[in-house]
Amino acid sequence: MAQIQIKNIRKDFGDFNAVKESSFTIEDGEFFMLLGPSGCGKTTTLRMIAGLELPTSGEIYLDGEEISQLPPSKRDIAFVFQMFALYPHMNVRRNLSYPLVSQGMARKDVKAKVEEVAGILGIQDILNRPVGGLSGGDRQRVALGRAIVRDPKAFMMDEPLGALDAEFREHMSEELRALHDRMNATTVYVTHDQLEAMQMGDKIVVMNNAVVEQFGTPQEIYDKPATMFVADFIGSPSMNFLHFDGNVGEGAESVTLGGEVMHVPRTRQGASGKLVFGVRPEHVTLSDSGAYRGEVLASEYLGTTQIITLDTPNGELKARIDSAQVAKVGEKVGLGFNPKTITLFDDGSGHALRSDLNNEVLTNG
Amino acid sequence: MSSFSVTEPSKRSKWFAGTLVIVYALITMVPLAWIMLTGFKSPADAISYPPKVLFEPTLEGYVNLFTTRTRQTDEFLAANPPQTWYDEIVREYDMVIAGPSKFGERFLNSVIIGFGSTFLSIFLGTLAAYAFSRFKIPLADDLLFFILSTRMMPPIAVAIPIFLMYRQLGLSDTHLGMILLYTGVNISLAVWLLKGFIDEIPLEYEEAALIDGYTRFQAFYKVVLPQAATGIASTAIFCLIFAWNEYAFAVLLTSGTAQTAPPFIPTIIGVGGLDWPAVAAGATIFLLPVMIFTILLRKHLLRGITFGAVRK
Repeated sequence: MAQIQIKNIRKDFGDFNAVKESSFTIEDGEFFMLLGPSGCGKTTTLRMIAGLELPTSGEIYLDGEEISQLPPSKRDIAFVFQMFALYPHMNVRRNLSYPLVSQGMARKDVKAKVEEVAGILGIQDILNRPVGGLSGGDRQRVALGRAIVRDPKAFMMDEPLGALDAEFREHMSEELRALHDRMNATTVYVTHDQLEAMQMGDKIVVMNNAVVEQFGTPQEIYDKPATMFVADFIGSPSMNFLHFDGNVGEGAESVTLGGEVMHVPRTRQGASGKLVFGVRPEHVTLSDSGAYRGEVLASEYLGTTQIITLDTPNGELKARIDSAQVAKVGEKVGLGFNPKTITLFDDGSGHALRSDLNNEVLTNG
Repeated sequence: MSSFSVTEPSKRSKWFAGTLVIVYALITMVPLAWIMLTGFKSPADAISYPPKVLFEPTLEGYVNLFTTRTRQTDEFLAANPPQTWYDEIVREYDMVIAGPSKFGERFLNSVIIGFGSTFLSIFLGTLAAYAFSRFKIPLADDLLFFILSTRMMPPIAVAIPIFLMYRQLGLSDTHLGMILLYTGVNISLAVWLLKGFIDEIPLEYEEAALIDGYTRFQAFYKVVLPQAATGIASTAIFCLIFAWNEYAFAVLLTSGTAQTAPPFIPTIIGVGGLDWPAVAAGATIFLLPVMIFTILLRKHLLRGITFGAVRK
């Protein structure tokens, strides 16, 4: 098992820049998520680690060894494809033994290893079936089996649950995470589903438009977004952005929003001009007494909570509140924001302003 | 529940389609049956009018096809009684068998040249199609168009230049020369057809093989080729049918050593009058290899002829 270090990696396809200089480190045994919208370069990054694409520039270290220009067969990295890519002309057993045969392993050992892996994944009874007739879940298990059968240094997974239906995805993602915890293998997992990333990942890299936006644990990414893109992409509904013009000095502990003073984590960086006040829906409270007010536009009932859409002097805002609380459409209510959770952004660059809340995260990332 | 269904045709339309296919097959098979029957007729039956459907079968045509015969004096015939059943057949015309005819040799030439050029077309075509399908080749579109353009005029239009070139190169009337020629004609078809089939094979299979520790060539050989089997089989049939049936170049460029069956069969007519049964026997035997080849590969053909339009 291995640590993977990505240094200033870049990939161009002709004039198209798929990945701009990106750097991050995947620690040994980590379940690492590459998250982003489609076309952001996450799959290209994964394919570069596996050797299916060669980077235009930059280095990839696998346990300290530079591998960025090696062919995939020399890297000892397994890959699980979105469409599984099981060899269609072979049965399950031959699919599983294929990576071992290429290493010249003795037939007896291959058989034993295949049986062992089939046992781990619970697919002993389908070993002699052709892959064509298998269900999505079984195909997924065979694809995983083909990856783990040769004990590679690391696993690459390209949206492995993308081809499964929603109900089964849940189950399979638990199975995957359990498998990872059991084998403790370094895993890099590409997804565009933020829930999947939050649920399964030890660490997440959020990519957009060929650049790494943020790199950290799910908690850091969610609570301390480094950019407006991350804040918007993660969470459902996403973070509220209240736009305002203002002047924030270094060390300030409040900003003026719609004429009202709002407390924020102490800033470590000054900014002026167009700014954004970012607050997650669950950190908004409704109160009759609040001086900052908004009109209720709509409410969505979700069982234990409800999502209230409000019109405020600084734009639309969504609040997640207890469903027992009454909010009538058309009513004006006072709003309160949990001051410890506020992130301020510079509207022009989209970057978060440093504060006591996120300083540590932004300095590392 | 209505008995109407989109996927399952009704009994009546099935019956109608079946009848149509059978009638069509009968119509197209009449000439074929005619040739096969004529092969077993006597020369008199073969040209009788109205044509005979019922007749006494004889192997005369086949004997004449495979042998050369000479007329002998009555004394010679009396002194040498016939030894074999085929001797007896030719005795009826006061002839004896002088030796084997050239048909066997010519037929073998057809096999060597037909299958040789098919193999070469498929071999080169698969490699080229794979390269065009998978790699970034500078000017790939222009190259593909160039390959296609070799078929934009009838090949026989360049017969004279090829005749002169072959004479200079010493390729006239050689197996190699004919194999190269038919490969040259077939290669564009092979590249284009096979490229279509290989394009349809998802890249992931090869990538999976690369990840699993195989080289690019092993991935091609062990993963792509089995997937392309259908396309290769149907392309091979197309190539073989062309090379097997080709007549004009064969007449022009071969006369002896490398002569194929098509130009040979008509020459049978000239030997001892219009021997239609022998010609028909030759044509019947000539038809067999392509028929057998097609039957062997038929399960691939059905999917192949749709040019990969049907996804698995």
